[in-house]
Amino acid sequence: MPVRQYIEAIHDGLSAEMAADDRVFVLGEDVGVRGGVFRVTSGLFEQFGEARVVDTPLAESAIVGVAIGAAAVGMRPVAEIQFADFILPAMNQIVSEAAKMRYRSNGDWSCPLVVRAPYGGGIHGALYHSQSVEALFAHVPGLKIATPATPADAKGMLRAAIRDPDPVLFFEHKKLYRLLKEDVPDEDYIVPLGKAAVRRQGDDITVISYGYVLHLVLEAADRLASEGITTEVLDLRTLRPLDEEAILSAARKTGKVLIVHEDNKVAGVGAEVSAMIAEKALFDLDAPIARLAGPEVPAMPFAPPLERAYLLDVEKVTNAMRELARF
Amino acid sequence: MTETPRHRSYGLTDEQVVEMYRYMVLARKVDERMWLLNRSGKIPFVISCQGQEGAQAGAAFALNPKKDYIAPYYRDLCMVLAYGHTARTELLAAFGKPEDPNSGGRQMPGHYGDRSRRILTGSSPVSTQIPHAVGIALANKMRGEDGVAYVSFGEGSSNQGDFHEAANFAGVHKLPVIFFCENNRYAISVPQDKQLGCINVADRAIGYGFEGVVVDGMEPLEVYRVMKGAVEKARAGGGPTLVEAKTYRLVPHSSDDDDRAYRSREEVEEAKRTDSLVRMKAYLLENGVLTEAEEADLVAAIQEEVNEATQYAEQAASADPGTLFDHVYAKEVL
Repeated sequence: MPVRQYIEAIHDGLSAEMAADDRVFVLGEDVGVRGGVFRVTSGLFEQFGEARVVDTPLAESAIVGVAIGAAAVGMRPVAEIQFADFILPAMNQIVSEAAKMRYRSNGDWSCPLVVRAPYGGGIHGALYHSQSVEALFAHVPGLKIATPATPADAKGMLRAAIRDPDPVLFFEHKKLYRLLKEDVPDEDYIVPLGKAAVRRQGDDITVISYGYVLHLVLEAADRLASEGITTEVLDLRTLRPLDEEAILSAARKTGKVLIVHEDNKVAGVGAEVSAMIAEKALFDLDAPIARLAGPEVPAMPFAPPLERAYLLDVEKVTNAMRELARF
Repeated sequence: MTETPRHRSYGLTDEQVVEMYRYMVLARKVDERMWLLNRSGKIPFVISCQGQEGAQAGAAFALNPKKDYIAPYYRDLCMVLAYGHTARTELLAAFGKPEDPNSGGRQMPGHYGDRSRRILTGSSPVSTQIPHAVGIALANKMRGEDGVAYVSFGEGSSNQGDFHEAANFAGVHKLPVIFFCENNRYAISVPQDKQLGCINVADRAIGYGFEGVVVDGMEPLEVYRVMKGAVEKARAGGGPTLVEAKTYRLVPHSSDDDDRAYRSREEVEEAKRTDSLVRMKAYLLENGVLTEAEEADLVAAIQEEVNEATQYAEQAASADPGTLFDHVYAKEVL
């Protein structure tokens, strides 16, 4: 099994789906000749030609809106938004159109669309190249939201997203792009959307997370194991629909739950996960549900000390986990 | 009369031009019925096509419903009738009945859609359908199909970013799409001189690298002629065209608007006297395509059709609350 980086796995997933299905095409800014500013689509232009790897004008609403039209008539577009921070001009197309086409047409029309966007901070990207935007969309029925945390998931979930009959927002944590390598299967496989994954088994506390900070949680769990604290770690993988069964089961297992995400706390994904546990598993809990998340400031500053202060790190995560274990 | 009537020189048969007129009258009668139902408290909302039927009929006849998708906007009643909808389907929509093919009663009337008839589902935020039509045109081009995509919108909507982004995209990729602006001079209450920094919406096309054409939208045959040229060009790979049909909205914006606040009765009355239905009827009579008696029969038959449709729609089964959760996502899951 080849060892692949997260970014390579996404590239491979795209390439495999394009090879398998000629309805699949990619469109976005700089995705063609340049192969994307992060190089996710590198080589696809040469492999599949400019008709299927479309360099678009710099206009996000059109990128998504055009993709919606093509999806409606049977194509399988994969639109790239260069940074998740720039998805907002397309918000109306995503929320008013893609998410509602099936419902508003009483099941007559549909929108099998994938919108890929790199998100997250820690790369000196400042306010507008660092944001986590998933909570803005997680509120919207009709959308699915994928946030893979590993190379194998990135490939398998992207392939599932492309084959999905409904619109999927596929958020790729840009700090993961070249940080992680692992064995990624070459063969045709998918990782189904809507299924969380237990990344580590433990009995003392449960940590629920997703994306880059999941890896901070796993590192913290290693540290705490040497202190005799064992941690159950659940990777949400998909933020809409949430895997309720896996969340409740993980919460019940230890009775102590911490939710960790890079996005800020208020009305974030952690709020929904927390509410779900409070509604359905309150009497299995031994401690108040805890959340560790980004601060309530508009976005991540550029100055390195401020960026560090904004971001979670292993130290902050370890402390929050230890505190919960001691409750 | 020795001169060839205009419609024949444009390639339309007598039957086709009567059919065009029939759709215009049908649209008007369905629309008038909806106002009546609204004012008598039977349906909550109407948004009107009155005054724009001729532009829509002319445009529709230049398209091929067997291969050309349309992405209409909320005034395109006559357009969707020409694309296969009926008094019955639209009255079902007005009553919000599940049998309505547009949305099964989920959307307000005027929010068209029907996949089997190549009518793209639309929404209420204006101009969002414009990039969709460009996407359909892109799909046509990728698949090597010769269908064109048609999208319509008002002059106010031509200020939205989605219009400009979509027009530019289509211009760059030379896509087979027709941008059809039905300029009815008012975006609710705001007149075009407070909406447009240019004289014509069509003037905007040049900035995106394709042709913009102004046509009298009260002359269905002229709209047909211009649209036919645009469609042929698009089908042959010549790229997009922006067609601006100058029309007039004869009634308030919607059943919740009162247009006395922003335009004179004289202006509205004058527009009614020179409306496309008036002109088309005169044309058909003058050229001997229809007699007065045949025209009266045509109108009477439509009135009967609208009466039957009203009765059918009012009596049709209401939406089952149990269907509230249907079609949020596809049933099949990977």
